[in-house]
Amino acid sequence: MDDVWREQDTTPTRIESALRKMFVSRFKEERAYVPARVLNMVVIVDADFRGEIENRLRRVGRYHPSRLIICAVEPGRTKLDAWAQIGTEDAPKAGTIAVGRERVELLMGEKHIAKLETIVDPLVISDLATMVWSPHGYPEAIDVLRRLAQIALIDSLDEPDVESALERATDLTGDTYVVDLAWLRSTPWRERVAATFDSPQRRPDLRAISGLTIRHREDSLASALLYTGWLGSRLDWKPGALHHARGQWVVHSTTRRHDIKITLDPVEQNAPGLAGITIELASGVAMSLDRSPGGLRAARRERDGTEHAWTVMGASRGEAGILGEGVRQALLRDPTYRPALAQARQMVT
Amino acid sequence: MATTTLPENPLIAGLERLPVPATTLTIFGATGDLARRKLLPALYNLAHEGALPERFNLIGVSRRDQSDDDFRTFARDAITSFSRREPDATVLEGLLGRMSYIGFSFDDAEGYGRLRAAIETLDGDGGKLNRAFYMSTAPEFFPVITKALKAAELNYDPDVDVRAIIEKPFGTDLESARDLQAVVSSTFRERQVFRIDHYLGKETVQNVLAFRFANFMFEPVWNRNYIDHIEITAAEDLGIGSRAGYYDHAGALRDLVQNHMLQLLTLVCMEPPGSFEANKVRDEKVKVLQAITPPTPEEVRRNTVRAQYTAGVEAGEDVVGYLEEDGVPEDSRTETYAALKLEVHNWRWAGVPIFLRTGKHLARKVTEIAIQLKPVPHLAFQSQGSVGVQPNQLILTVQPNEGVSLSLGAKIPGSSMRIRPVNMEFLYGSAFMSESPEAYERLILDAMRGDATLFTRNDEVDAQWSIIDPILKTWHDVDDMPLHTYKSGSAGPAAADELIAPRRWRGL
Repeated sequence: MDDVWREQDTTPTRIESALRKMFVSRFKEERAYVPARVLNMVVIVDADFRGEIENRLRRVGRYHPSRLIICAVEPGRTKLDAWAQIGTEDAPKAGTIAVGRERVELLMGEKHIAKLETIVDPLVISDLATMVWSPHGYPEAIDVLRRLAQIALIDSLDEPDVESALERATDLTGDTYVVDLAWLRSTPWRERVAATFDSPQRRPDLRAISGLTIRHREDSLASALLYTGWLGSRLDWKPGALHHARGQWVVHSTTRRHDIKITLDPVEQNAPGLAGITIELASGVAMSLDRSPGGLRAARRERDGTEHAWTVMGASRGEAGILGEGVRQALLRDPTYRPALAQARQMVT
Repeated sequence: MATTTLPENPLIAGLERLPVPATTLTIFGATGDLARRKLLPALYNLAHEGALPERFNLIGVSRRDQSDDDFRTFARDAITSFSRREPDATVLEGLLGRMSYIGFSFDDAEGYGRLRAAIETLDGDGGKLNRAFYMSTAPEFFPVITKALKAAELNYDPDVDVRAIIEKPFGTDLESARDLQAVVSSTFRERQVFRIDHYLGKETVQNVLAFRFANFMFEPVWNRNYIDHIEITAAEDLGIGSRAGYYDHAGALRDLVQNHMLQLLTLVCMEPPGSFEANKVRDEKVKVLQAITPPTPEEVRRNTVRAQYTAGVEAGEDVVGYLEEDGVPEDSRTETYAALKLEVHNWRWAGVPIFLRTGKHLARKVTEIAIQLKPVPHLAFQSQGSVGVQPNQLILTVQPNEGVSLSLGAKIPGSSMRIRPVNMEFLYGSAFMSESPEAYERLILDAMRGDATLFTRNDEVDAQWSIIDPILKTWHDVDDMPLHTYKSGSAGPAAADELIAPRRWRGL
């Protein structure tokens, strides 16, 4: 059973006070109640479309933030309304703790965005990391919260074009840790290519890569560029400029010894992100990964043309799983994103 | 022999899941209870997360004569019943498709020939795979299987890594452990051997190391100058269930103390290793065990307690005593409870008693490490109504409600200076969003990757048995060595209270 409080024309101080009182009464009723203390998450959304975002956040399952603050922006609104809820996800079993979740929803106008930090600051749990996410635009809201937040959740696929997506991500990395859903979608692909070259016998082949083809959904060029940037930054490739030719994007990167032709190939697919990867070696050997039922299909073609194929087992995470992973990644640090982003940006500027 | 993969791959930086080499895993005892409840579900969860290599095969071996399809049906039921997550139909089918089965008696040389042929057939699809042999059988078969693998020349391959994963118990006493080791070391090199103690795969057990060596504030007090004593408890509320056949031969000392509890002790008492490389960690653990002097018969009499549960009440239900359990001989002298007082003889721990207790049918299920600090040197707060200043206690709870708790003295609100203890708590469930994987998931992956950090090394097993063996011998050989009783559902025998006196056990 959740405890709920709501008030129209309210203030952050009154909301914070209401939360404190709800905690005290909750503890009196349920001694096993333990507030989760992991992460604050501030989400700025259009009021009209908040349901869609709430649904996405509901489906992240166990990766929910401990305190979720949804700022729903309603054009023309001048007063602040609020609704707060604390409760537990599951009924506790005997002898176990019941970990809580807390949610505050603020209905606000555009005029509040410029002062958003003063509204949100009293509501976040002190000493916890705070992540901000603005899936419906409102980049100015993220900017005013940059002093307060340590982590920015973005999806580079949401930006109108890849140049502005990579520029925005680069700007945010200046003072926040960026968790980019476009990057997280490629995690299994990065893991699998890392595994392909992991054995001591295969590792020297990393220096012999001569071609890279990335198949991606048309709107997921940013994912493809980040993937290219990852491989290039890990292998010290010098990136060339991205250009369009015959329906494909092409880049020529170089190493001290040779060139690598990189082709980014848009294809039809339902899910956003990558659809497949082919890596070619100077020797004529080629390795590819493609989406397939129950995982990824890995294939290896030898110089003589013989081919072996296997399925890399793995369940699809779905977009809810990707978002949940984004929340979880807020408290981890991936040292490879920024170099990958820098290379990707070099290719488009 | 191929060398262990080194972390020089530039692509693995930042990845949470490290690559696992292509492997054919053979499980001996594949239709047994451990495989059904733990190993097969663990493999499914690894497949679900995309953690298994693209070339992964599982060959199940047991004495039962059945087809591949029968085994797949068995595996499907096991995974559906015991997986920590709902199986994804496509992934499950994919995993089942990698499974095959060979039925033969573990001493049947011809069976190993068929196993070899099956492994080599799987190599045909893209080159040789690493081999891993998981011995999930009754312990008497470990040497039989090990010798047979050698005879079939399956213990070594110049082109790939061959690994042996051996379940506990590694021996039933010092002599049998050494005998088994002699067989193992004549077949495999130590770096090929992965002795499982699944406690080490538990996140909370690994957290003991993180807690000690990632926090500067505890190290200055982590020694004889500040710590009064240490209690390690592994209490179970259930009885032996249907395991009478195994348990009556093992007893509490072999079942939990020789392996799991001594592992916890070493993690609490070890010096910080130079790095978390497998042998450096294990070197430090072995030093702790070697600093515990094997007890003399007189010390066993003075510093150990054994007991059996009698009929009582558990969770509101009447339960029978140990001797009335199905399958237990009526004159059994097997202990269902053991309590020990040990001491680590080195500069850090000299004079600090370490109390271990474990038992079946106790009041509550809990595994924890309690570090009790010494009392403050001067008690200034003696107001009326004050519980007073109690020594600080640091509790590392392994299960359930995994976490860390520190008791502190605090002022009771009011006009006088009255003190009572309060708890500062960290709970895994409230501080981490991710669900901990099952211990076996981590251990199977580590074994396939060749990372031995969380496995028990030969000299570690030997040192464990060197401590436990004299206790077993004295308990067995000395006629007037008491076997106490305790009521089911209680906190244990009164004799255990005398063992720890003048201190007191923490309440269960």
